[in-house]
Amino acid sequence: MEKNMLKPENKIFKNLYNQLGWEIDHAIKRDDWKDTKNIISKGREWIINEVKTSELRGRGGAGFSTGLKWSFAPKEVGSRPHYLVINADESEPGTCKDRDILRFEPQKLIEGCLIAGYAVNAHICYIYIRGEYFNEGRRLQEAIDQAYEKNFLGKNACSSGWDFDIHIHYGAGAYICGEETALLESIEGNKGQPRLKPPFPALVGLYGCPTIVNNVETIAVVPTILRRGGKWFASIGKPKNTGTKIFCISGNVNSPCNVEEEMGIPLKELIDKHAGGVVGGWENLQAVIPGGSSMPLLPKKICDTITMDFDSLIENKSGLGTAGIVVINKDQDIIACMARIARFYKHESCGQCTPCREGAGWMWRILDRVVKRKATFSDIDLLSDVTKQIEGHTICAFGEGSAWPVQGLLRHFRKEIDSRCRDEPLIKKRTNNPYLVDQHLLENKNA
Amino acid sequence: MTLKKIHDDQPKEFKFSSENFKKAEEILKRYPAENKKSAVMPFLYLAQKQNSNWIPLAAMKYIANFLSMPYISVYEVATFYTMYNLAPVGKYFVQVCTTTPCLIRGADKIVRLCKEKISPNENELSKEGSCSWMEVECLGACVNAPMIQINDNYYEDLDEKSTKEVLESLIKDKPLKPGSFRGRKNTAPEKKQITNGEKHA
Amino acid sequence: MPKIIINGKEIEFEKGMTVLQACELADVEIPRFCYHEKLSIAGNCRMCLVELEKSPKPIASCAMPAAEGMNIKTNTHLVEKARKGVMEFLLANHPLDCPVCDQGGECDLQDQSMYYGVDKSRFIENKRQVKEKYMGPLIKTQMTRCIHCTRCVRFATEVAGVPEIGAIGRGENMEITTYLEKAMESELSANVIDLCPVGALTSKPYAFEARPWELKKTESIDVMDAVGSNIRIDTYNWEVKRILPRLNNDINEEWISDKTRYSCDGLLKQRLDVPYIKKDNKLQKSNWDEAITLLADKIQSINPNEIGGHIGDMVNMENALSFKKLFATLKSKNLEFREKKFYINSSEKINYIFNSSIKGIEESDLILLIGSNPRHEATMLNARIRKTFVKKRIPIFSIGDPGELTYDYTVIGNTTDDLKKILSNGHEFSKKLSSSNKPIIIIGESALELESGQYIVEEVKNFLKKNNFISKEWNAFNFLAQNASTVGLIDLKVLSKEDEEKNSFFEKLNKNQFKLLYLLGSDNLDIKKDNEFIVYQGSHGDRGAEIADLVLPSAAFTEQNGLFENLEGRVQESKKASYPIGEALEDWKIFNLILKKLGKFNDLSKFDSLRKEVLNLIPNFTKLNELPNFEEAQEVNTSSEFISESVNIKNLDYFYTNSISRASKTMSECRQIKQKLRKTGT
Repeated sequence: MEKNMLKPENKIFKNLYNQLGWEIDHAIKRDDWKDTKNIISKGREWIINEVKTSELRGRGGAGFSTGLKWSFAPKEVGSRPHYLVINADESEPGTCKDRDILRFEPQKLIEGCLIAGYAVNAHICYIYIRGEYFNEGRRLQEAIDQAYEKNFLGKNACSSGWDFDIHIHYGAGAYICGEETALLESIEGNKGQPRLKPPFPALVGLYGCPTIVNNVETIAVVPTILRRGGKWFASIGKPKNTGTKIFCISGNVNSPCNVEEEMGIPLKELIDKHAGGVVGGWENLQAVIPGGSSMPLLPKKICDTITMDFDSLIENKSGLGTAGIVVINKDQDIIACMARIARFYKHESCGQCTPCREGAGWMWRILDRVVKRKATFSDIDLLSDVTKQIEGHTICAFGEGSAWPVQGLLRHFRKEIDSRCRDEPLIKKRTNNPYLVDQHLLENKNA
Repeated sequence: MTLKKIHDDQPKEFKFSSENFKKAEEILKRYPAENKKSAVMPFLYLAQKQNSNWIPLAAMKYIANFLSMPYISVYEVATFYTMYNLAPVGKYFVQVCTTTPCLIRGADKIVRLCKEKISPNENELSKEGSCSWMEVECLGACVNAPMIQINDNYYEDLDEKSTKEVLESLIKDKPLKPGSFRGRKNTAPEKKQITNGEKHA
Repeated sequence: MPKIIINGKEIEFEKGMTVLQACELADVEIPRFCYHEKLSIAGNCRMCLVELEKSPKPIASCAMPAAEGMNIKTNTHLVEKARKGVMEFLLANHPLDCPVCDQGGECDLQDQSMYYGVDKSRFIENKRQVKEKYMGPLIKTQMTRCIHCTRCVRFATEVAGVPEIGAIGRGENMEITTYLEKAMESELSANVIDLCPVGALTSKPYAFEARPWELKKTESIDVMDAVGSNIRIDTYNWEVKRILPRLNNDINEEWISDKTRYSCDGLLKQRLDVPYIKKDNKLQKSNWDEAITLLADKIQSINPNEIGGHIGDMVNMENALSFKKLFATLKSKNLEFREKKFYINSSEKINYIFNSSIKGIEESDLILLIGSNPRHEATMLNARIRKTFVKKRIPIFSIGDPGELTYDYTVIGNTTDDLKKILSNGHEFSKKLSSSNKPIIIIGESALELESGQYIVEEVKNFLKKNNFISKEWNAFNFLAQNASTVGLIDLKVLSKEDEEKNSFFEKLNKNQFKLLYLLGSDNLDIKKDNEFIVYQGSHGDRGAEIADLVLPSAAFTEQNGLFENLEGRVQESKKASYPIGEALEDWKIFNLILKKLGKFNDLSKFDSLRKEVLNLIPNFTKLNELPNFEEAQEVNTSSEFISESVNIKNLDYFYTNSISRASKTMSECRQIKQKLRKTGT
């Protein structure tokens, strides 16, 4: 068991709980901003290659190769400037990792922005923070100001010869703005409705300019990767699922927490070691949502053996997502839990395209009836159909995000659902109504 | 999300205070000159702050003219995002997260307490007029569930007792300090583990 | 050309096409709701999903650019399932109120549910109910029916240029509305009714009037302004129920103005059905016999020099020609069609038409308006300017302030002096103008009414010639006519001669020298009635009939065939969709009666020969519906008088410009709302 634990020296976020101080001077003591100028002087090619070597995959949910994404940005700056946009619109239920980075490790993010900005030819970076994280945004602004004072940002940032500015843009309560194109729309001052793709943001993004959008955690680990080498990062975890990751363990565990661990750590070990075990013991476990609410849940049987990395979760028809682990034990009504998630998606659908707008509410209403024991068996097949009619037919991935958790529930807890349904329709058909007879004749006594 | 209701009693005029006007000009500098429309979201926040936490129609018009946008676009933005209040809310605006991670740790009990202590319905001022509450979706502090947001601050790791204290402190106009109510450091695992089997909240 | 495979068939497509357009080339129909050729792509209805080889998900064909070697399938199980799924979602919250919905019979949702709908609804939850929204007197809303395709939102922002419609809220509670539910301030607003694929936005005046399959459809031409928009007139028996646009990419594309569309209820009101004669200072019903006898007596007793004739704004060319012939027979030269005196040089055609052509506006790179407000004078032409502005951000300038247009423009001066400076290269704008590639100069009637009218026309023309902007490739000189009859009547030379200044029509009119004034459908002429005997011949009891001593009822433009020449000099035919009311007759038939009564020989007895003659008289005529051919511009005399004066653009009472719109209840409602808006300023 011990060998699987992440060695302390391999931890990237040493101040995850603010035990060492978030201010820039403390951060510098933890090696932030060390050799930044040197790293940048090695050039774009080197940076992107090193990130590719590390096999870093985006930490925002989709798990796309970060190095590859950066290489999509046009090599030369044309008539339009390039932008770097950081997605800190963390709203996926079960996820609260970026919040800790913004609060306690802001310099890692800022340094990462400078390096990433240089790598993709961007002079301006917008950090899109969800509006509810007002205090976190204020903290980040303080940290940015500190970085400006030390000349790490601004003209000739960090003596690298690269001009770089960071601005914060607050969201205002819309989960969909975590979708990268909706996020860009939101920065542009529009409703956060995802754009049609293609074109992809790397070519036509913010204000129609080439734009790279990355998650907070992705960018925050980049400086450490470049300082210690892509090979070091790749040596942690499993092949193609490398490095460390912040896991958020919430729900029915004894001590819910955020923790940085190695990719590919077994789920059971993660929960037992760091979160004090499932409330009521492992046997009391009912299901786990492994990667934020949009990933299908896993029943206990799978949880016993599953490891937490992108590929093995996909094999089990789920996904690592944001690594927000929600533990649900047997004291909970699993259907009510998933109905609440369906309600979340109904509330957060942007309403732009048909399947998601009409389907998300429909799914919630059916599930709600199941919870209230007012559903019939045919409703369950209908629910399954609805999820399939949404999946793959929408503009953005929100459609999948709302359909998958329900599909997961149907896949693993069909028996539980069936036990709550009844055969008969709620309204009994009046069978003795004569067909095609005028009602007024029936009512007329003389008829 | 149901459509937000526009408040019946609307002020006739709205203008940024001189302090906010300066802030607004500062905000405009963040965006390219030809894309000043980008400032609509920060401007709506400014207006909301200035007008005791809700945005009147006059403010939307003012912002539209400020940024040379059509009124309807500002209106669209203000109704799309949940954090813009289009009707007055309490001086202490309590937002209870009830999404699954909070729900399974007892958010329903917090909702019940809000109904008892503040008002039986959402978005309704409490008797003494200083508080209102509403259910919201995930606030992104799942590890510290259940939690509530009061104005800008997060009150985390709540249980029935602490929630009661927090809500009562609001009514007395002496709000307690935000943060964890189980005395833990941020999102770190607690050393003193709760014994297996004990129920939460 | 690149190739694409659609359902196993390889076809070539043009670069820049979408998959949906490529499918149309291959004669494969793709169902759609949100996609519209003339609007930007939204891709939100998801009805047009097709299968793309190697793509795990079906793709939205309306938004996907076609690329070389794509293999598209539209007839597979996957596609059908996807579309059926989307259709079920669309119908889930759509009310089952087709029997009381005006869109029934021409509803995209209804039609497509025949192919992709399921017979039974599986949605047993409560259906969504959305409050009706007020959108003015033209648009009736039933927002529960809305499928959120956002065509109306895109139309308002992109084409109409008045971003007043939006989608507020989000998710399943998203609602389409105008800002605080006020009427849309656009002259094109009612096009959203045609665009709406369902019955959410329907026509208010047409509400519950008829079903589309009951109506007789006649393809015709609009006469509310000089643009000559192509329209379809839908009639139920005699009554014109509605007017819809007809696609013509050279003129109005797929849109028409609200005035074109909704003046039609004016065709039912204030109509003249029998001849009237003024007796005891009161117009009293009469009959044709009595009326014509009276008129013939008057004509015979009056010196031809004291007989004047004026032709109105909606008179077709055949009727105008027969009127001219009548006057020739009477030996009177006092014929006129202008409502105010303005300068016209009828010596060659390019002097009085819109030479750049409406479609040509899209090629231009600079526009200068001189004394013109195209938004009110030629709404559809204005829409084209906006389209060009949106597409290419071309600079637009104006001499004189036209007020609110639907695009940005700069006023570079308010006097004729400013124009003089430009034309003599003494203005900073001169350089901009001469260095542009395809400029357009639009001269409005307000400018020609000035005393320097002649100077403006001739010197602008000279300037353009000098800079090689009047050539076979590009003609930048444009006159913006306001009335449907204007260009045709100049061609027919229904114009009192300028050189006979003293004896001109207007001179005589103002001095009350006419003893008999014959108004042919003319209601906008400023007349101070004295002792003259006024004959009004027309379709409506409007301003002309009010002052008349003898009223002869004739057919409205929807009730007779006739040619109109639009401001580009394009000759188009207006068709008979209905028949004249009561005893009313086509105008040329009335002239026949008069000539017969007078015992004069008449050659007006056949309509066909009249038309032939008209077509022969039109200079530079090519073909029906085509632009006139171009000729080399003549040298101009440079001795036109310059007077320093300010250029004021006449404010048109937009919804009240002619007798039909003045009779229309809908138009007066629109007018009231506009006046109220102006007063309150909101």
